[in-house]
Amino acid sequence: MIPNPPGLIDVYRVLPELCWCAFGVVLMLLQPFLKNRQGLTFVGLIGAAAGTLTTSIAAYGSGFNGLVQFDTFSMFFHWLVGLIAFLVILASDSYLERERLEPAEFYALILFATAGMGVLASAQELLTAFIGLEMSSISSYVLAGYRRDSIKSSEAAMKYFLLGSFATAFFLYGIALVYGATGSTYLAKFAGADPSSNLLRLGLTLILIGLGFKVAAAPFQIWTPDVYEGAPTPVTALFSAGPKAATFALLLRIFGTSEAATDFWFWAFWILAVLTMFAGNLGALVQANVKRMLAYSSIAHAGYTLVAFAAVTTMKMNPDGPAPAYGAALFYLASYSLVSVGAFTIVSELGGSGERHLTQDDYAGLGTRQPFAAAMLSLFLLSFLGLPITAGFFGKLYIFNAAIKSKLLGLAILMAVNSVIGVYYYLRLIVVMYMHEYKGTPPADEPQRLTPTAAMVVTVAALITVYLGLLPNHVLGLLIAQNPMASSR
Amino acid sequence: MALSGHLLSLLTFFPALGALALLALRKDDELWIRWLTFAVSMVEFLASLALLGKVSVGAAGYSIEEFGRWMSSPAINYHLGVDGISLFLVILTTFLTPICVMASWHGVHHRIKEFHVMLLLLEVGVVGVFLSLDMFLFFLFWEVMLIPMAFLIGIWGHDRRIYAAVKFVLYTMAGSILMLVGIIWLYNATGTFDLPAIQKIVQTGVLLLSPRTEMILFLAFFLAFAIKVPLFPLHTWLPDAHVEAPTAGSIILAGVLLKMGTYGMIRFCLPLFPDASRRAAPGVALLAIIGIIYGALVALVQPNLKKLVAYSSVSHLGFVVLGIFALTNISLQGAVYQMLAHGISTGALFLLVGMLYDRRHTFEISEYGGLATPMPQYAALFLFVVLSSLGLPMLNGFVGEYLILLGTYLVHWKWAAWAATGVILSACYLLWAYQRVFFGEVTHQKNRDLQDVSPREKWMLVTMVVITLWMGIGSPFFTVRFAASCTAVLQEMNRNVMHEVSAPTPAERPPAGMADKSMERASR
Repeated sequence: MIPNPPGLIDVYRVLPELCWCAFGVVLMLLQPFLKNRQGLTFVGLIGAAAGTLTTSIAAYGSGFNGLVQFDTFSMFFHWLVGLIAFLVILASDSYLERERLEPAEFYALILFATAGMGVLASAQELLTAFIGLEMSSISSYVLAGYRRDSIKSSEAAMKYFLLGSFATAFFLYGIALVYGATGSTYLAKFAGADPSSNLLRLGLTLILIGLGFKVAAAPFQIWTPDVYEGAPTPVTALFSAGPKAATFALLLRIFGTSEAATDFWFWAFWILAVLTMFAGNLGALVQANVKRMLAYSSIAHAGYTLVAFAAVTTMKMNPDGPAPAYGAALFYLASYSLVSVGAFTIVSELGGSGERHLTQDDYAGLGTRQPFAAAMLSLFLLSFLGLPITAGFFGKLYIFNAAIKSKLLGLAILMAVNSVIGVYYYLRLIVVMYMHEYKGTPPADEPQRLTPTAAMVVTVAALITVYLGLLPNHVLGLLIAQNPMASSR
Repeated sequence: MALSGHLLSLLTFFPALGALALLALRKDDELWIRWLTFAVSMVEFLASLALLGKVSVGAAGYSIEEFGRWMSSPAINYHLGVDGISLFLVILTTFLTPICVMASWHGVHHRIKEFHVMLLLLEVGVVGVFLSLDMFLFFLFWEVMLIPMAFLIGIWGHDRRIYAAVKFVLYTMAGSILMLVGIIWLYNATGTFDLPAIQKIVQTGVLLLSPRTEMILFLAFFLAFAIKVPLFPLHTWLPDAHVEAPTAGSIILAGVLLKMGTYGMIRFCLPLFPDASRRAAPGVALLAIIGIIYGALVALVQPNLKKLVAYSSVSHLGFVVLGIFALTNISLQGAVYQMLAHGISTGALFLLVGMLYDRRHTFEISEYGGLATPMPQYAALFLFVVLSSLGLPMLNGFVGEYLILLGTYLVHWKWAAWAATGVILSACYLLWAYQRVFFGEVTHQKNRDLQDVSPREKWMLVTMVVITLWMGIGSPFFTVRFAASCTAVLQEMNRNVMHEVSAPTPAERPPAGMADKSMERASR
């Protein structure tokens, strides 16, 4: 088969990615000429927004001989990662000024990473997915070490890079084995393959390990707290949201489309989910550092998402079809990502120059010192915790629902147990903010209030949290009604 | 007319409006904040009295309902309704809230605005729980109510307040998340969150649960409620929360929050899982009896007056649970009555203890003694409330306990016999505590010139005392309004049994005629 040369129509399928990359390049070119930080931020925001908005022009269908597929599913993730990039750039503005960091490359890297996530969400072929994964990972490695003069940041970058490369190798080796078993790297070709083939299983297992590393699923989560803690906080916000969501998208594409060995994958996801939930929640329980606590909590939330995955793998035998479980996973990713960006933005603002104020003691009495920040952070924590009228509640509800529909009562109960553990450490931070007195006098350099840009990010995140908590149907209806997988076959 | 059509919504959300209005006030406008909150809660109380006229006497089912669609998938509706059982619980809530505002007039000094906002939000949550007929909505209010309560304990409480607040939330959350799983399970089986609809599906046998599944679901709900009640051995959060909470917090906590648990048992456990309830009844009754006796014994040895009252709640709520799970008409009515009576008398006890704390800043019984000399009026009122709490005939505590014991005796005389020891023990610990605090010589110099009740305090207490007396003498006023609903709950259970088991055993069938007669006797 001779592949058709790419035409204009193929370009339409990757319009958002092109747009993000183009603006990334523009930003790097602008740097010598435009010294004004706000100007660069503005260009970065335009870039993120433009890429996201082109999603609506980009036509549905497959492109580049089926390498990518633009459908509802990938549109959802393009919107999500685009929105995250936009919010993160907006939140970084004051951070970069405070830490005296170069903005142009920072924004460019965020946009490149976002483009990589976009590719991940629409990839239909493993090597294309690999390119997307690398685009987002390599930008992430650099971003993690962006505070060059901080030892922690360099350590984070180094750890992330070494372990990340290792995971990538797993992923690549998995692709090779899958190719050996099926003679193709196209996801659609898995469907016809013999599901009990050990070679295919081994290949997919390696792929799962590689991607499991990226989403910080236990037992591949060891890097997460250190990297999240060391990276500049807006970057941490990005890590906890964007790459995670995009990698989950790829996981859904692979393990949702492949018919390979349902039972086998069910147990794989079951075990991953349980381990990840416990690793995250038990780890978070003992953290005194807020950033680190949120890092562990992000592991826990990956675990909850994996519960929905376990439901996906059983739902294929279910007459209802997998749609509710997909919907649950996507909704959870969306709600968690946006709430998490909001929470990390506040942590970033409160950190003070050099990110020195990150312990729980620094948050004592925040309720009286900075009522807005404390109230918003409490809202986000309550959403993590899953209290009604927040996004997190419906996220959990849908996952519970999917798990129970698939008769995974045991998994649902384990998730409930984990939620209760989560209550403790989220609540502890709220307690510290409102019920503890600040010991000593607040440091002189402590910001008196959130900077306007950060306040904007936080407000947007808060509005989304409450909106999804009151009327989740608008978003979920979109996700379920147009079954994301239906168009990819 | 337009307003009365939305009376229930108005009742639920009016305090929230009040809270919003409070936010507009300046932080240091202390008096304004207090008066505005008081006005809001009084209006709410008067509005809730309007329900009395709407709930038809002697009719089961929901007298007024409100229905609206919230979202289609999952199918969550905004469904509120009131029947005889929830009617008085709502009124109890709206009655105790202004009392709480009054009680904190001099007791709460810092962050006054936040305090009153939290109090009103708490009222929203509690009223919402009692009025919701959609399980999802119920759960929502149930959870949302936790946050203001945790803040009330954690910010305005006593020394170990934070520990108590966190413990309170963790216990409740642990139970309620299991309940959420149960609710979702039911939703998946029936396709709706609507309580009356699910009830119908369960009753008509469209949904036939295997005994094992039914028991698991029953436990998922029951555990959440049992923690809230709290039933022995899940009660350990209660002494901490009660003792550390500010007076207003304790009043609401003991007065209405605990009743959310027993209300949930009546509203959800019995009608939805009748067979499981029946099978679990002996076990639950055993725990309730242990709770009655254990709570009383621990109260007996408490050196701390507030803790004593807290443990007396464990004991009294044990009666309520026993009354519910004896599964007879009389005992169920007694349970509902006891819920109301306990709300008033224990609320008043906490109020009284709080007044003492305002004056001396200690709860230790040994710090007091001979208070009847400097505070004669206070001592008299205290005695009245103590007598009502220990169940003196003519006062409210008697009616509930008597009906519970009578109803239980009719089916399981041994249960009633054991539970009756609780009545004796409650007389012991309450009267002994009263003796130590009020009689004898004044042992501490500081107590010699304690102020007697102020006019504000007198008003609150006299109101409560009058209600205590009224509930003791005029109990039919209350019972006729919820009797039909109680009967309906049990009928629903029995119809279900007819459906599955061919012949109910005599023990399971409440002796209806006899019950009614003794019921009337009790009310007179």
